[in-house]
Amino acid sequence: MEFRTISAETVTAAVKKLFMDCNYFIGGDILCALQKARENEASPVGKSVLSQIIENNRIAAEEEIPICQDTGMAVLFVEYGDKICIDGDFDEAVNEGVRQAYRDGFLRKSVVSDPVFDRVNTRDNTPAVIHTKIVSGDKIRLTAGGKGFGSENMSAVKMLAPSYGVDGVRRFILDTVFRAGPNPCPPIVVGVGIGGTFERAAQLAKKATFRPVDTCHADPRYAALEDELLAEINKMGFGPAGLGGSTTALAVNIETAPTHIAGMPVAVNICCHAARHAGTEI
Amino acid sequence: MIKRITLPITKDSVADLNAGDSVLLTGTILTGRDAAHKRLFALLEQGEPLPVDIRGELIYYVGPAPAKTGYAVGPAGPTSSYRMDMYTPALLDRGLKGMIGKGARSREVIDAMVRNKCVYFAAIGGAAALIAKSIKREEILCYADLGTEAVRRYTVEDFPCIVAIDSRGNNVYETEPLRYRDESILPCDVPKP
Ligand code: SF4
Repeated sequence: MEFRTISAETVTAAVKKLFMDCNYFIGGDILCALQKARENEASPVGKSVLSQIIENNRIAAEEEIPICQDTGMAVLFVEYGDKICIDGDFDEAVNEGVRQAYRDGFLRKSVVSDPVFDRVNTRDNTPAVIHTKIVSGDKIRLTAGGKGFGSENMSAVKMLAPSYGVDGVRRFILDTVFRAGPNPCPPIVVGVGIGGTFERAAQLAKKATFRPVDTCHADPRYAALEDELLAEINKMGFGPAGLGGSTTALAVNIETAPTHIAGMPVAVNICCHAARHAGTEI
Repeated sequence: MIKRITLPITKDSVADLNAGDSVLLTGTILTGRDAAHKRLFALLEQGEPLPVDIRGELIYYVGPAPAKTGYAVGPAGPTSSYRMDMYTPALLDRGLKGMIGKGARSREVIDAMVRNKCVYFAAIGGAAALIAKSIKREEILCYADLGTEAVRRYTVEDFPCIVAIDSRGNNVYETEPLRYRDESILPCDVPKP
């Protein structure tokens, strides 16, 4: 079998660029959604907040400085071709890319080594959270995001019984968004993972927040649920920055997976308007 | 109408502020977030003096990004305020005049604000690059070992924010969403606040 060799430095350089880019340049899909929201926003304060967010994103892109001071914990989804050979340690190459991006890109180092007792800053924003999936081929597909914790903290997972049905799913998602209220920097992107196991649901929810906001689930029943949930969330009234208005969310993205006969796990991962992600292929 | 306020904030200007007012702040403010609050609170509990004088000051909940070469400060938007709620009443009782952050506060914080005639401003979360334009200088006052979480003094000019909770306890996070809320979607779907 033919293997393609990729140097660890190539991986590091790609990861570095992704994290700098995603922190400076908001995605075109988010920018469009923000502009559309500004046109339709019912509250004058809400309109003004959206204008300031759009202006903020323009400044960040023009000056190549972070959109938000919370440049996040580094999260990466990797699709790793089975015909790839790395001349070094893949995870270490990724973490080196994160280290260089956060150092050279003037990004905030927001990671502590121990969650409960020490809470000492690692000073280079490592380690990254890396989700690797082996796929066939000789390419590596990287999707990176800097995940801020104002919104991450508002996320939740629930193991629903199958008898709860679609109404139970709706109720849990709306309940989670309602409890979050003004805290996760609305307008938010709501990532939902349904199915799999406890941890798979959470991972799907994260993946859902990385999906462009102008796309929908392939199954029309879930696509309709996405639309319906978005409309209901925007009736909650929190509005931009939580100061009141008709734009609380920009999108609801649902990702699904097969699950157990006894279960219906649902995870809701909330992402702020600074929904930063970037992708590349090596 | 936008109200311009020169810091340190006076009793009268605090009394004049109403929830929902747009405000531009000029002068100096302190910064501090989770880890610094934990330390300050521990000192208060032990009856020790604080390393910074908080009396009459506003504290901005922020952990800035590093300043790019040629910049005075890095992007510096607000962090969620609720995480400071358990420490805030003690600081307000010791003379802190107000806070700048984002998001809701606890009943205990609002009671302590009314008791001490203080104000809570909201800055726009995620507008860090824009907000940093109004921060002209920074100086680390203490806890430098905390990196981004160190306590700083910012010199600000026309720092944009909104009065989220005024000194009488009026709270935009409670009143404003209600004006845009369609109660018809709420029954059984979500609990009432
Ligand atoms: S929730 Fe998002 S926009 Fe708000 S402060 Fe955190 S990272 Fe920034």
